[in-house]
Amino acid sequence: MRSISVFDIIGPIMIGPSSSHTAGALKIARVAGLLAKKKIAKVHFALYGSFAKTHRGHGTDRALVAGILGFDTSDYRIRESFELAREKGIDFDFEEIDEQTDYHPNTVVITLTETDGTVNTLRGASVGGGEIKIHEINGCEIKFSAKNNAIIVRQKDKPGVIAAVAKVFENDGVNISYMSVYCEDGSDEQFSIIEIDGEFDEGALEELRRQKNVLSAVYIKVK
Amino acid sequence: MREVMDFSNGRELLSLCAGKNKTISEVMLLRELEKFGSSREAVWKRMRESFEVMRESVGRSQTEQMRLLGGYIGGESKALLSRILREGAMGGMISRASAYAMGVIELNASMGRIVAAPTAGSAGVIPGILVAVHELYDFSEDALVGALFNAGAVGYLIDRNATLSGAEGGCQAEVGAASAMAASALCELFGGAPAVCLAAAGDAISNILGLVCDPIGGLVESPCQKRNAMGVANAVISAETALATNGKTLVPFDEVVAAMYSVGRNIPYQLRETALGGLAMAPSVRNLHPGCASCGGCK
Repeated sequence: MRSISVFDIIGPIMIGPSSSHTAGALKIARVAGLLAKKKIAKVHFALYGSFAKTHRGHGTDRALVAGILGFDTSDYRIRESFELAREKGIDFDFEEIDEQTDYHPNTVVITLTETDGTVNTLRGASVGGGEIKIHEINGCEIKFSAKNNAIIVRQKDKPGVIAAVAKVFENDGVNISYMSVYCEDGSDEQFSIIEIDGEFDEGALEELRRQKNVLSAVYIKVK
Repeated sequence: MREVMDFSNGRELLSLCAGKNKTISEVMLLRELEKFGSSREAVWKRMRESFEVMRESVGRSQTEQMRLLGGYIGGESKALLSRILREGAMGGMISRASAYAMGVIELNASMGRIVAAPTAGSAGVIPGILVAVHELYDFSEDALVGALFNAGAVGYLIDRNATLSGAEGGCQAEVGAASAMAASALCELFGGAPAVCLAAAGDAISNILGLVCDPIGGLVESPCQKRNAMGVANAVISAETALATNGKTLVPFDEVVAAMYSVGRNIPYQLRETALGGLAMAPSVRNLHPGCASCGGCK
């Protein structure tokens, strides 16, 4: 278990009113926003459980849009995120889902459409104190808490692909602190979530994308 | 041999303070350096930034036109402060610090920037007290930044041995913890020994043991705002009593924290942040939707 820091107690510095409904919501959307490779045209937020019931009163809606824009949880611009997103030509809407699900009570499903028609989906939950868990990306169930910088790689389920991916990290001198691979049932594609110590540069990311059987790679920079 | 600067309860904290002849804030700072390998300068700078944001939050709450999300509260802090400045306060520093604490909760509810200390719902108590003390007494900014490490030590012990979450332990775990942290920090600022600080912290929790979390409309507005003001008064009373009696108290801090945790587990689910009981279900407010209190458009 990680030790408790004095800054876990006196902190975080955040835009209110709620660490789970405001700061946590923003963090989920920030991961979703990073999945887009080109320009985002439209974002649909499906809100579940407590998010569906109290999103306005907690500013969850503004925080989600701010996350798509890549803002930090302490950024005063969260208040004006709707206006700022519209200025950037991003269309967004919210849907309150009433049905019972097995999802965590503070869950959002985000569907991002880029200007070229590419669609990405992400399901995440705000699990308390501003901590989050990403449960699903593009229909594939995963586990990711977005506490460390990570690279999400989509790859063909072929021999040697993981070794090739790992080699890129070795060549770039980046230490992999945690790696997990997820498969979809009946699909020949996989997701790898590769958490790293430190940062990853654009050159290494391009190198990763050039590897045989690698379909895409995105860098989720959270700190 | 490497020094081990860590503690898991109040008793161990006091023995570290005594053994090294250090204050609680100094021990907490050294623990942070040891656990996370950061430099003293970096840790101090980061805490100083927290202090600056606390001061900014109090300032903004007094100068900004705030638009609160729920609209269940709004304007109380400015009203309180202007009455204090116009007619004087019944409670001196307590009144001023309460006004500030209430302002920070208003700012939080209007999507303003705050320091969760220890949570967003209890974020008014510590800034309220520190800013008021800074204005009314002759403490340096460094002394106040140091006091935040003391407060952090108390919050850490409550987090480690009980909980800081209203959903788990009710308001006693949020405003109760903030009040205990502030009481201990005040004692250190006014020259109290480590044992006096922890006695004040324990008393602050004891005084509001069992306080439930019943937010109207599920939002961090009411009764949270006035409970932050109460947390201020409770902290000052607890600090003053502990300083005057050299920390005389029947139940030691660690046992108070254990009692708080056990009481929290016995608080029914309806009274732990779910808005299904207490004031949240009072006939006058239970059907009030966020925005209604201030809008009234449908009436």
